[in-house]
Amino acid sequence: MTAFLASCVVAGIPLLFATVGELITEKSGNLNLGVEGMMLMGAVMGFLVSYNTSNPYFTILAAVLAGAGGALIYAFLTVSLRANQVVTGLTLTIFGTGFAKFLGQPYLGSAVPGNVSEFFAKTSIPVLGDIPFIGPIFFQQDKFTYLAYIMCAIAAVYMYKTRIGLNLKAVGENTSAADASGINVKLYKYVHILIGGALCGLGGAYLSIIRIPIWQEDVVNGRGWIAVALVIFVAWNPIKAFFGAILFGGLSIMGMKLQVLGLDFSQYLFDMIPYVATIIIVVFSTHKKKKESQPPQDLGNNYFREER
Amino acid sequence: MTNPIRITKRADLSRRNEILIRLLAVVLSIVCAGLALMIMGLDPIKIFSSIIEGCAGTELRIKQTIVKAIPLTIASLGIIVAFKMNFWNIGAEGQITMGAFGATLVALNVPPTTPTAVTLLLMFICAVICGAIWAFIPAIFKAKLGTNETIFTLMMNYVAIKFVTYLQYGPWIDPNGGGFPRIAQFTENCILPSVLGVNIGWIFAIICVVLVYLFINHTKTGYEITVVGQSYETARYAGMNISKIIVIAMLISGGLCGTVGMIQASAVEKTLVATIANGYGFTAIITAWLSKLNPITCVFICVAFAALIQGGAYIQIALGVSSAVSSVVQGLILFFVLGSEFFIQYKVSLKHKDKEVA
Repeated sequence: MTAFLASCVVAGIPLLFATVGELITEKSGNLNLGVEGMMLMGAVMGFLVSYNTSNPYFTILAAVLAGAGGALIYAFLTVSLRANQVVTGLTLTIFGTGFAKFLGQPYLGSAVPGNVSEFFAKTSIPVLGDIPFIGPIFFQQDKFTYLAYIMCAIAAVYMYKTRIGLNLKAVGENTSAADASGINVKLYKYVHILIGGALCGLGGAYLSIIRIPIWQEDVVNGRGWIAVALVIFVAWNPIKAFFGAILFGGLSIMGMKLQVLGLDFSQYLFDMIPYVATIIIVVFSTHKKKKESQPPQDLGNNYFREER
Repeated sequence: MTNPIRITKRADLSRRNEILIRLLAVVLSIVCAGLALMIMGLDPIKIFSSIIEGCAGTELRIKQTIVKAIPLTIASLGIIVAFKMNFWNIGAEGQITMGAFGATLVALNVPPTTPTAVTLLLMFICAVICGAIWAFIPAIFKAKLGTNETIFTLMMNYVAIKFVTYLQYGPWIDPNGGGFPRIAQFTENCILPSVLGVNIGWIFAIICVVLVYLFINHTKTGYEITVVGQSYETARYAGMNISKIIVIAMLISGGLCGTVGMIQASAVEKTLVATIANGYGFTAIITAWLSKLNPITCVFICVAFAALIQGGAYIQIALGVSSAVSSVVQGLILFFVLGSEFFIQYKVSLKHKDKEVA
């Protein structure tokens, strides 16, 4: 049981990165449907740099830059050039998928260098790792996972406890009011879209470096879309995102685990659950109009000061 | 004021200049793609000429390009109907998949002796119904509860794809397939005939273009869809039944996408696979958007995109360069064209210049 829950965490970590990334982006009022593309960009760049430099720090940096680079294209088009957010996001996914396939082609089947894998290897955190039950699940993981915990905690504090975080909320909820109150709306959007992209890139790199340390084209395999779903599922809350990611991660391996136990459940039916659950949540949250589970008010609307 | 750049709305940009800006964007994107390829150590001229050769070099390749343009065009038409209403149907991928499911449901269950015309008609009807149902679900929630359709239709894609994957690996697995996870090939009477060497879908696509054009521009419902798309308030004030219009438009949209599934399953794959929609549903969103929701323009853009896809597949074989080059080029073209819209709608000038004039 503990082993199963620990592998749920492993399956959930890439989702956690991407979900928190997309959540921060959406908080600034921009719906970026390029998550899948940015994850692939992060995955391929992380892998390439890792393969060629054998340096774990450069690996992380490359993934961050690749994800943020994809997001920069999106930010420039939607924020500065006022292009439609949905279309631009989908284009980013098409672009990112092609980018990863193209750059990764010569590396198909190559493995992550040993010292990078060793660097991120599973390590038990002193004291925390010894806690019965919880320790083996959460605190005997790889170092990349601990990075995800830290990122998630920082995101929560940032969004709820800092002035900038609250300003960010204002930008997403009512852009023109935020603008009127002196917040630099464009800067906020740019910065948070880029942070969002960087986190998506890290999520992708987790997949290509830790989860499946051999390069393959469909390494992300639709997880970007699950992350888009998760953002709604967890109601734009990074703490809930932590548990949501582990839950959805668990669902993605549930069928296989049950088959090992001799129970014949199709994995593909489990794979449907995150999407169906998200649809149900979207329906209920619009029906009930519960305040905390609503998307940011100005989500998806481009902001033109001149056309207010 | 600190901002030296002044952005003003353009009132009068001639049609010629508008097209010129778009063309410039396409040229720039190709130059940009060429530079990127050069940095990668590849010869861009050779790659681009191979792409052209691959999509139009021989009669067979032209036919293959058309085969790829068919699903793209019909799906774009479906999306255009929804987008006209400002309904963000990004669920075409799922509607195509479910259409293919509907067609296969018939194909696997009719006796092989059934006449071809009857089977195909039944497959067609079932595909349209399945595609339409998949669009109806988000539509009815939007109409009755105001549920956000972007996320709803997006999620429906993956429900459909996972459902078909489940069938492919589970209940519908070919008993004669030696355990290989695939669904049985269609029998001869379930396969669309060819006309002039390309499956009959191309004739159907042309008919659809004309019908959708007439529907949007020359029918009452088509007009109502446009009004709803512009403003719910106006539509309500004019006494239109918005819920009904949303549902009708989405049934048409999903039905069109459903037929794409039928064509792909019957004429291209000759069976059902989970990847039957093959990204056409997403690419069609882009082509629909680029065509400015005009069914006629849309045909040309879809053919161009099909040519890119076909050319990409060819360079994979001919040069050993990943077919993904075509996705990268597609992406770049789109980025530039999306960006160019801004310069069509707005005029960018430096502020101090204006002062001099004044």
